[in-house]
Amino acid sequence: MTKKIVITGIGATTPIGGTARDSWKALLAGESGARSLEQEWAAKYELPVTFAATAEVPAADVLARHELKRLDPSSQFALIAGREAWADAGAPEVEPERLAIDWATGIGGVWTLLDAWDTLRERGPRRVLPMTVPMLMPNGPGAAVGMDLHARAGIRTVVSACASSTESLVNAWEHLQDGVADVVIAGGSEAAIHPITIASFASMQALSRRNDDPAIASRPYDVGRDGFVMGEGAAALVLETEEHAKARGARIYAELLGGAITSDAYHITAPDPEGSAAARAMKAAIEQAGAALSDVRHINAHATSTPVGDIAEYNALRRVFGDGLDDIAVTATKASTGHLLGGAGAIESIFTVMALHERTAPPTINLDEQDPEIPLDVVTSPRELGDGELIAISNSFGFGGHNAVAAFRAV
Amino acid sequence: MAATREEVLGGLAELINDETGIATDTVELDKSFTDDLDIDSISMMTIVVNAEEKFDVKIPDEEVKNLKTVGDAVDFIVNAQA
Repeated sequence: MTKKIVITGIGATTPIGGTARDSWKALLAGESGARSLEQEWAAKYELPVTFAATAEVPAADVLARHELKRLDPSSQFALIAGREAWADAGAPEVEPERLAIDWATGIGGVWTLLDAWDTLRERGPRRVLPMTVPMLMPNGPGAAVGMDLHARAGIRTVVSACASSTESLVNAWEHLQDGVADVVIAGGSEAAIHPITIASFASMQALSRRNDDPAIASRPYDVGRDGFVMGEGAAALVLETEEHAKARGARIYAELLGGAITSDAYHITAPDPEGSAAARAMKAAIEQAGAALSDVRHINAHATSTPVGDIAEYNALRRVFGDGLDDIAVTATKASTGHLLGGAGAIESIFTVMALHERTAPPTINLDEQDPEIPLDVVTSPRELGDGELIAISNSFGFGGHNAVAAFRAV
Repeated sequence: MAATREEVLGGLAELINDETGIATDTVELDKSFTDDLDIDSISMMTIVVNAEEKFDVKIPDEEVKNLKTVGDAVDFIVNAQA
């Protein structure tokens, strides 16, 4: 029998807020986290893109100095988000053997790796510190969260580019169903705003070039969209069986109904323009949820603000929902946060959960002239979702042709 | 210019604090790195590498296992500077 899985804690550090709550408030207020990069490297390498959505609150303002020294920035963000989610859930009393982590990252410790390479070349091997490998490994962020909260039912990390942390939620749901844990912290983190990633994404024409006005650069569905905006940060959700949550009198934000993962096997970076595998993931997630298509009233879209990607997702949405799509409130929150890559699915799941919890869909900023080829009902100011049965999905798609969809229900 | 024992102790305490968060005033000469300060091997090697740079000395890997206490390390660094 399928267990009910509920969300009882949220935590995040994002370009628009140092906590999950602050990020949600900033999202409702229509803020943007994109800003010019002040670091000397941004000018030094004459990068074609000189802005990004950097974390609003630096990790150095939150963590102790010795924690910062032993953690790559991607793990620092993970630890901040994980601790907040855990505290928000009321620090559940759970046997360590019944607590698991399902984490995600797209890239891992790129700063640690490349700083160590510079150190090796400039100062020799003796100066390459012993923590270099444990800091750069992609399972480092999940391990940091799990060690801090004493999770001994398994710390797993999924790496599937920008679909990663929606996959981690789907995996967490499965692990709770399988009974390997009573409580799982699921999430993802990324700290990859680095000259190399910017140069690479820019050379594939994936990034917006609105260097003069970063705040309006991420504009999903707008005719003037010209690419995504790199973001960074982390988000974490505490998931538990409803039975476990109710037994301890926990506050329940929403229910995670399930999710699905499919793959395009079409192209390493380009989405399948027909969107058939993405559509299959959405259908499977809704079916697994035991819901009807007409129950879905809100979608947090992947929509990164690239010319090709936004249309491909629209095609997939239309394939799934048909004419019913016109009645669904769609939001693209990357307009505010930029693209957190491996952290995107988790922060967007939190926004979806909060939309259900408060029965209010958050806005998509920067939509001045909607692309006529994407006739969606895009939410541009906070919109009440009304009473009754309320189901939402959150989509994430990643390089490699990964499609991950999670489905949630208001309680 | 070579540092005094007190200067080496103070500098070492800063490196230990930097790496582990241990308060500098608890880093005393008779404290054992492992038993009293609970410093693991990875942190120890990080401290050693940073100490080499800070005090401009070489601390061979085979010597590190002989540095049981803070005092051992201070003595080694002071002698190596001489």
